[in-house]
Amino acid sequence: MDWFYIKGILILSGINLMAVLGLSLLTGFTGLFSFGHAGFMAIGAYVTAMGTMKLGLPFIPALFLGAAGAALASFFIGRLTLNLKGDYFCIATLGFGEAIRLILDNVQYFGGARGWPGIPVSTNLTTVVIIDVIGVAILANLIRSRHGRNFKAIREEELASQTIGINVFRYKMTALMISAAYAGVAGGMLAHLLGFIQPKMFQFIKSTELTITVIFGGLGSISGSVIGALVLTSLPELLRTFATWRLVVYGAAVVFIMISRPQGLMGGYEITPANIRKLLSRRQGLAGKKQAAGGDKE
Amino acid sequence: MSVFLQQLINGLSIGSVYALMAVGYSLVYSIMNFSNFAHGGVIMIGSYIGFFAMTAFQMPFAAAFCTAALGTGLLAVIIERIAYSPLRKRNAPFLYFIISAMGVSIFLENIIIASPIGPTFRTYPKVFGTVPFMVGGVNIGRLDVMMFVISAISLMILIFIIERTRTGMGIRASAYNLRASALMGVNTDRIILIVFGLGGLLAGIAGVLFGMKYTVYPQIGNITLKSFIAAVFGGLGSLPGAVIGSVLLGIIETFTSGYLSSQFRDLIAFVLLIFILVVRPRGLMGKVTEDKA
Repeated sequence: MDWFYIKGILILSGINLMAVLGLSLLTGFTGLFSFGHAGFMAIGAYVTAMGTMKLGLPFIPALFLGAAGAALASFFIGRLTLNLKGDYFCIATLGFGEAIRLILDNVQYFGGARGWPGIPVSTNLTTVVIIDVIGVAILANLIRSRHGRNFKAIREEELASQTIGINVFRYKMTALMISAAYAGVAGGMLAHLLGFIQPKMFQFIKSTELTITVIFGGLGSISGSVIGALVLTSLPELLRTFATWRLVVYGAAVVFIMISRPQGLMGGYEITPANIRKLLSRRQGLAGKKQAAGGDKE
Repeated sequence: MSVFLQQLINGLSIGSVYALMAVGYSLVYSIMNFSNFAHGGVIMIGSYIGFFAMTAFQMPFAAAFCTAALGTGLLAVIIERIAYSPLRKRNAPFLYFIISAMGVSIFLENIIIASPIGPTFRTYPKVFGTVPFMVGGVNIGRLDVMMFVISAISLMILIFIIERTRTGMGIRASAYNLRASALMGVNTDRIILIVFGLGGLLAGIAGVLFGMKYTVYPQIGNITLKSFIAAVFGGLGSLPGAVIGSVLLGIIETFTSGYLSSQFRDLIAFVLLIFILVVRPRGLMGKVTEDKA
């Protein structure tokens, strides 16, 4: 395996990581489940590509434009559907994701179902890493703030949060818009990595993959999402030799995780310097009384 | 006028098969309160069982049909035991069920692709003949008639089971309140297995009919997204709602492709889904539940 190949996998993982981070805020911290984030990725990809190709913007401003486009779409979608609960919200996002894809199939301006070739290849490992680090930093600070606690309160008990004066609708909307913006950035980077986009790339199965990654990493854990995205994007690549069987294993693994370890890899724990120190000292038996190593255990 | 009638008949025959799938979906939803995304995989397997029973094993249609239905009934029960039962015992939130179902669906689809069966498209042998009936200037395909008749009979048997038998009473009670039914001595574990079994039987029938109407391929299960829309349209958890929603969806789809363009057929279906969720989340006949609407 040469560096070129590994670099390719790392870039792809980094792009998926961005989308997964956003979904982590929505699903892991706010408790809303979306099966439509591939739709936001699609909007991000198309708007960013429009920025660079049609408007002549440089790559980074175009990415912002893509993120804004996805967030704007999520605003309208949220206004319509955030009052729905549980399963119904899932179904509504699924419908939106598919509808966005089917609409793009028919927009000839963007090449329709045949796809849009010739997008400049501007995404490289450095940009992906920098954007990911910024993404993690923003999310980690948001989660530790007052707003972060409100998200978690809504996840744990919506009615109670409403009662103590949290504007549940507004916080859900914020989570949805931020997660859509992250997905939009991911989509924009993907478009400028492959140089070609097609509505088919953003099918329902892509949204499912993102949700599965968040759950695999552990709900309510940013470190979990990071590890999940890295592992689940690179694992199928490492298993390339069994090309056809890898998705069979993947499907079985998803069921296995759900029935055996539904809290996911990290189960709500975070890897921070403080937690690592705590864990190490507990291993040495110095701080036996400290029960948990985690900052925000559920 | 004859175009209109033609589209109506096509819509009815497609809609009746959607109904078979949607009812299986809705049955599970009414009791377990989660969307069984593995249903598509079960339909796909049914389609393949029917196909191989008729080609490789040279079975007559009726025998192949029953084999497919029984096979998927069994498959659905096995899926319940492996993928949902452990979650049920732990009172896991509905999302874990959905993800588990997705895993099953990915597994089933890809095991067909990876196995010697492969991703090729296969065509069922022609059983009912291809010469259509002519009724007053309207062509009615023999297969379309059979699809409608078989679906209608299956649904009537299902309604008989649910409305007139002791087990059916158990199912209705469990749909109303699972925990209370268990306290009243209903063996809810058994009821859930029966519900999955019934849903699986219907899925097998739908799979065979769809395979005959179109072709058999590993992604045929994606068609269940449509039956899912139909179930939401009619009201999740309501069986008459699922039937009415499916037939209406089938008709709307054929009219869209007949009068507008077949490109818009799927788009219209998803737009309808969103419209229903926004305007009337409980669908046409769904029960009113506070924590869902």
